Amino acid sequence: MELILAIVIGALYAAGLYLMMRRNLVKLIIGLVLLSQAANLLIFTAAGLRSPNAPLIPPGEKYPVGDFADPLPQALILTAIVIGFGVIAFTLVLFHRAYQSTGTDDLDQMKATDT
Amino acid sequence: MLIAVLLLFALALAAPLIDRAAGRWTGAVLALGPLAAFLIIARWLPDVAAGETITQVHAWADALDIRLSFYLDGLSLMFALLISGIGTLIVFYAGTYLEGDPRRGRFYAWLLIFMASMLGLVLADNIISMFIFWELTSVSSYFLIGYDHHRESARKSALQAMLVTGGGGLALLAGLIMLGVAAGSMEVSQIINEGEVLREHAWYLPIVILVFAGCFTKSAQFPFHFWLPNAMEAPTPVSAYLHSSTMVKAGVYLLARLNPALGATDVWLYTLVIFGGVTMLVGAYLAIRQVYLKKILAYSTVSALGVLVFLTGLSNVDSPEAAQYAGKAFAVFLLAHALYKATLFLVAGTITHETGEKDVTKLGGLRRKMPLTALAAALAGASMAGLPPFFGFLGKELLLDTTVKNPDWMLPLTIAAGVAGFLFVIVALLIAVKPFWGALKETAQHPHEAPFAMWFGPALLGSLSLLFGLFLNPLARPIIEPTASAVMGVPQEVKLALWHGINLPLMISVAAVVLGILAFLGLPIISRILKPFDALNRIGPERGYYALFNGTLKLASFQTRLLQSGYLRVYLFITITMSVGLIGWQILQLDVLPIVDQFREIEVVPFVIENLYTLIVAALILIGTFGAVHSRSRLSAIASLGVVGYGVALIYIIHGAPDLAITQFLIETLTVILFVLVFYHLPQFPRISSVPARVRDLVVSVAAGVMMTVLVLIATNLETEKISDYFAENSYELGQGRNIVNVILVDFRSMDTLGEIVVLVIAAVGVLALLKLKPPREQERKNNPHEADGREEAS
Repeated sequence: MELILAIVIGALYAAGLYLMMRRNLVKLIIGLVLLSQAANLLIFTAAGLRSPNAPLIPPGEKYPVGDFADPLPQALILTAIVIGFGVIAFTLVLFHRAYQSTGTDDLDQMKATDT
Repeated sequence: MLIAVLLLFALALAAPLIDRAAGRWTGAVLALGPLAAFLIIARWLPDVAAGETITQVHAWADALDIRLSFYLDGLSLMFALLISGIGTLIVFYAGTYLEGDPRRGRFYAWLLIFMASMLGLVLADNIISMFIFWELTSVSSYFLIGYDHHRESARKSALQAMLVTGGGGLALLAGLIMLGVAAGSMEVSQIINEGEVLREHAWYLPIVILVFAGCFTKSAQFPFHFWLPNAMEAPTPVSAYLHSSTMVKAGVYLLARLNPALGATDVWLYTLVIFGGVTMLVGAYLAIRQVYLKKILAYSTVSALGVLVFLTGLSNVDSPEAAQYAGKAFAVFLLAHALYKATLFLVAGTITHETGEKDVTKLGGLRRKMPLTALAAALAGASMAGLPPFFGFLGKELLLDTTVKNPDWMLPLTIAAGVAGFLFVIVALLIAVKPFWGALKETAQHPHEAPFAMWFGPALLGSLSLLFGLFLNPLARPIIEPTASAVMGVPQEVKLALWHGINLPLMISVAAVVLGILAFLGLPIISRILKPFDALNRIGPERGYYALFNGTLKLASFQTRLLQSGYLRVYLFITITMSVGLIGWQILQLDVLPIVDQFREIEVVPFVIENLYTLIVAALILIGTFGAVHSRSRLSAIASLGVVGYGVALIYIIHGAPDLAITQFLIETLTVILFVLVFYHLPQFPRISSVPARVRDLVVSVAAGVMMTVLVLIATNLETEKISDYFAENSYELGQGRNIVNVILVDFRSMDTLGEIVVLVIAAVGVLALLKLKPPREQERKNNPHEADGREEAS
């Protein structure tokens, strides 16, 4: 099971990094999204896939019963997803403004303009 | 002691305000600070004279063995009194010297920070806090030397002083830490008792070399002496202060401080004697080759520092008598030099202040115009030249006594000391006699006697040079004896007397004075003879400094050109290749066979059945990923991105993370909407990269992907203790919640969540600001300037 997810993570990383090395700014942003998905899955998988049961404490109990998924990576990823969205939203708007100002989405041409 | 140091730091902060409020009384008001520090320290003089030492400890970072602890013995007392005492007069003097300068408040702030750091340096017991003070003196002296920052030479000299002493400081830090570890204590008061352990320690040699590097650069020993004369760019009160009793004496202080701990070995003895001796002679020779007042004094300071290092070395010779003389001579010369050098620097400052002239050959006859300054100069000059009954006489006699009493190398060392004495006579005459006697020479300004604040300090210090000489045992002995004891590491009994009978040192002294006067009278002729040798200066060590300096700049611009192309994809390429290379190399070192074996055991059909859902979702994600990379239409790329995101959410559901899945679904939807809104108007992706570039990037990114896959597999096979069980066990009892993930977020790690919210707010503000900003109209304005002007007028 980890093997499958490991391959998915590898593919997401490869695709994300490949896109980030493109000259086109749009592709760079898409790459960034793929990369953050990959990172979240990485944390999720690397912590170990212990159980399909959610880490909840049943009513009337003080401790979780039986086996349950690791709650800590979930808490970390939850934070990461939200922050990732903040970053993507900012990047998109920044791109929007840059495109308005420079009229190009080619990073190499942006480098030459001072606007 | 903490109070004295903190008082000066606090005063430094207040200095600009006081300067504004007190006007012309600023110097007098601020001088009260160092004066108070002087009195606080002087309170311990009777105790220290009786042979006691005082230790005060204030907690700081105890776990790291860093404490704000202070240690007062003869050596630190001597230095502390010089720093605060001379500091008082300097502060007083500078108020008038810089009268009318709008930057005087800032000047005082830096001067007082420097003074406080210097005081902390000599009083500190903990070597780490001492090092912090040491660095603070380097930093604050940078601002003092570069005070006239509108002149390039001042900036350059300040930087040079900072780089040379700061570079040495780095070596010193390493040396001090090793010293502390080797001695088993970070406190100076303990380290000086660990001499035997240290000398036998395997690290002895590296420690000594690193300490030398720090001290020789700070105290301007040959070949690092070049920064000191350049530092004369500072205003004269600063030069007087830095070079009589503080900054450059810090290295001497540390050598003397560690003398009992690291001394008594051949390395220590020979290095100090040779470097000190060479510095003593080179400095004195270069001093008489100068014509500017301050440069003459600067080189003579280099020489005096050489004498002190020389004497520190000699206090380790085999002959006990010679060693004792060296310790005594060190203490006496230290005090004598501080007194006369501060006086002469201040006199030089007064002369230039009154006449506008720096060149000593263009000065003469000032004694009638400035009698009090002339008197102060004469007193200090006599002490420097080593005339009885001045205190400097005793310093020179003891120096010669040391070299004469020492059976090894007696002849060369005595000759060196005698020659230095002879050159000192010439320097003293150049500064104290040449400008004041003879016919009055015309100068740019008409000289008057200096104001009270500017003759008071020099006159007081000059008189002390005489008083200490006249009343040796009541005045000088209480401080000389404990200082010599601290340098030697064993209590010393010191008897001071000017008259030692008619002996070899006295005859050498007389010869030095007579020859010195003759040479002074014939100096114009001697200068002409020596002139061709000045070419040697050009191959001096300063060339090495500039070669290193420019070399570093060239290296920096070379590697900037190499690495900083300005293209994001090149940076990413370099970063990814380096990471894959380094991490991949590490992975190859690991034994990954067990992991591979584990997968060999997998039987295909049961595996597929067992993981059917995961496999389907994984296939979905892979298809989406391929689409995102390959698609040439923006909308289909965004749609593929959505597929990937929902796929990931499904994986979260399958593996017991419903909270994640919900968040992921929501966020993914929002992201896709945002993408469509922003990208809707854009044209198709053009293919702009060449095929080889794309293949190259593909290879690199696939390599990175494979590496990540392997890393995940290694990570999942690690047996580690999990901290999450703690959260699971305490979620209900401590956090009152049944959803463990939520309890972690809002309770156990709530500060993280707060940080997350802050990030989101910042991002939102950024988005808002970018959307609200009007697109710049420069482009239009450039194309059509008239129209733009018109619009501006209309608005």
